[in-house]
Amino acid sequence: MGGIHPKEHKLSAGIRIQNADLPIQAIIPLIHYLGASSTAVIAKGDHVKVGQLIGKANGYVSANVHSSVSGIVNRIEGALDASGNEVLSVYIDVKEDEWLETIDKSTDIKRECILSPSEIIKRISESGIVGLGGATFPTHVKLSPPPDKKAEVLIINAVECEPYLTCDHQLMLEKGEEIFVGITILMKGVGVNRAVIGIENNKKDAIALFQKLAKTFEGITVVPLKVQYPQGGEKQLIDAVLGRQVPSGALPIEVGAIVQNVATTFAIYEAVQKNKPLFERIITITGKSMSRHGNYRARLGTPLTNIVEQAGGVPPDTGKIVAGGPMMGRAISSLEVAVAKGTSGVLFIQTLESSRKKMQNCMRCTQCMVVCPMGLEPFLLMSQTERSMWAETEENRIMDCIECGCCSFACPSNRPLLDHIRFGKMTVGKIVRNRHGKKE
Amino acid sequence: MPKLDLSTSPHVHSGDTVSSKMTGVLIALIPAYIAALYFFGLGALIISITAIGSCVLFEYLIQRFLLKGSLSILDGSAALTGILLAFNLPSNLPVWIVIVGSFVAIGVAKMSFGGLGNNPFNPALVARVFLLISFPAQMTSWPKPMPWNPAYLDAVTAATPLAILKGQFSEVPDTLNLFLGNMGGSLGEVSALALLLGLAYLLIRKIITWHIPISILLTVFVFTGILHIANPDAFIGTPVFHLLTGGLMLGAIFMATDYVTSPMTKPGMLIFGIGIGIITVVIRVFGSYPEGMSFAILILNGFTPLINKYIKPKRFGKVKRK
Repeated sequence: MGGIHPKEHKLSAGIRIQNADLPIQAIIPLIHYLGASSTAVIAKGDHVKVGQLIGKANGYVSANVHSSVSGIVNRIEGALDASGNEVLSVYIDVKEDEWLETIDKSTDIKRECILSPSEIIKRISESGIVGLGGATFPTHVKLSPPPDKKAEVLIINAVECEPYLTCDHQLMLEKGEEIFVGITILMKGVGVNRAVIGIENNKKDAIALFQKLAKTFEGITVVPLKVQYPQGGEKQLIDAVLGRQVPSGALPIEVGAIVQNVATTFAIYEAVQKNKPLFERIITITGKSMSRHGNYRARLGTPLTNIVEQAGGVPPDTGKIVAGGPMMGRAISSLEVAVAKGTSGVLFIQTLESSRKKMQNCMRCTQCMVVCPMGLEPFLLMSQTERSMWAETEENRIMDCIECGCCSFACPSNRPLLDHIRFGKMTVGKIVRNRHGKKE
Repeated sequence: MPKLDLSTSPHVHSGDTVSSKMTGVLIALIPAYIAALYFFGLGALIISITAIGSCVLFEYLIQRFLLKGSLSILDGSAALTGILLAFNLPSNLPVWIVIVGSFVAIGVAKMSFGGLGNNPFNPALVARVFLLISFPAQMTSWPKPMPWNPAYLDAVTAATPLAILKGQFSEVPDTLNLFLGNMGGSLGEVSALALLLGLAYLLIRKIITWHIPISILLTVFVFTGILHIANPDAFIGTPVFHLLTGGLMLGAIFMATDYVTSPMTKPGMLIFGIGIGIITVVIRVFGSYPEGMSFAILILNGFTPLINKYIKPKRFGKVKRK
């Protein structure tokens, strides 16, 4: 249903992951996700080690934050994050690279998992793991469905449908077996005996490797998928691999599925088998004018500018810098922001491509409806939002929009459909929450 | 560091434009235009140039001096309205009537509603029906097709096959000639072959989907087929005859598929197409006009907002769990 085929531009595909240099000062945000900020458990002047807890989860939908570097806490204050918000962050002056002794730094693969299901979930929660695909929702929450709902199948999201990004792809090639062990841990944790890995056909090498690995693991199958954006969306992926559609407003568990991203699965392997909390991630640095595209393993809190310098610096014809992919990433105003748990890439867009074209009248060509993966009418939602027709937009299911951007991408009249729909969603969301508030 | 653009996602665009869609339709009209020039010669040339020129000029003048908006003629939609209007006119129509038609199409049917995308009715058809009612004599005199005909206003005329069916007896051309377009009629409607080539192009380029044209053609075929089988004496026209004559092909492929005035969903398009097919046959067979295609399309244009309101796309998550 719906979807588009943007040019892939996977320029950094096949480039081995390199370690990003340690920064002089790391700026680690205490919040990486929707939900409550974690509470700082260190103070100015404290000495911290790599992997040490610095922010404690605050409530259910919240996750721990660990230090990614060793050194002295300089201060705790607000810093701009990649979405342009000021968030409370811990500034650490880096000294050496001293890891907590409990972390197993070896690269040997440990297949056997001795923890019980509840211990696995507990370890994931303690390790501060969130969804690394971009939504950064705390993983332990996703793994703990309400007691009346039973998970039947685990789906591993290895789609990486965003153009340009290759961080997941490269991780799969280099850490395939670890990811499979991570999958078995997840299967044990949520109590399912079946896991399906969805990979798009543009990653033939990863499919071949994973199909080979799948023969040595029980209950895990690889499903090659045709290339289509936004297949990496949770609901779209479940539909693609299981043929089940999650109802409007419901969670994947409604159709018996739990979805985890591959990079998250690798982080879970490291947390459970190596006792290593989440303090680094893979990030793609790319763009058409970039001299050295690459995939970097970066510590959280590393200023983006450090990694970009390492990759050859900002291309001179840059008109837009995007944190994330070109379809759903966010334009950033400065590279001084730090790598967060959800930062999957930095994309440099040339001036030529970055400016929007002039908007024309809607000629009702139906393109936006054809590409909408949720079966909505973007042209109508936009015009109703412009007229503040909130009841009608809600009736036309504006809240189902996943903000994939297919409509704006496809519109021949260059209409900013998603901009308006986002605004409409914000307003309708408030109205809906108020209504629920009154009922209770 | 250069000044950075901070607009929200998506940060890339397909590159598709309004003018690329319009140009696609114009390209699809080329075979029919060549057929028009072949069968009606000089008249077809004069009428088409007049219609395109005056439509573009009227849109420019209205946009520039009345609406004081940005220039919209470059998107190609005014030129498209012009050529479609020309295709719906007989090739011996005086130039001034063509200009009146262009004014009605652009000034009344399109720009007064706010330009491209806002008009409820197909502008070229509004103009055609306006002219048909205002100038019935001139609008129903059809030059006889002659290869590269050098005559314009003084071209020899002949009845159209549909008019013949309505009782103006003379010889009906055979099916092959009907298919090629060797018959009297509006300058762009005669050659089914050329129009079908255009349809193939539109479908391959994905400018339109099959739903509207095929549902119209199929409805007319089935409806006239039932009538013909039930009583061949009263309903002389065979289904094939009905498909190949009049403005059916032109209307089904190029007029009813106008983005602005047709429904947005595929089931909606089918309802729209079936409606057009039924009304066309009713007018042709039971009405006093020999041809009903333009009336049928305009009537269904009027239903389009209603269809859009009630026929919604298939929402994600509505499917029963497997």
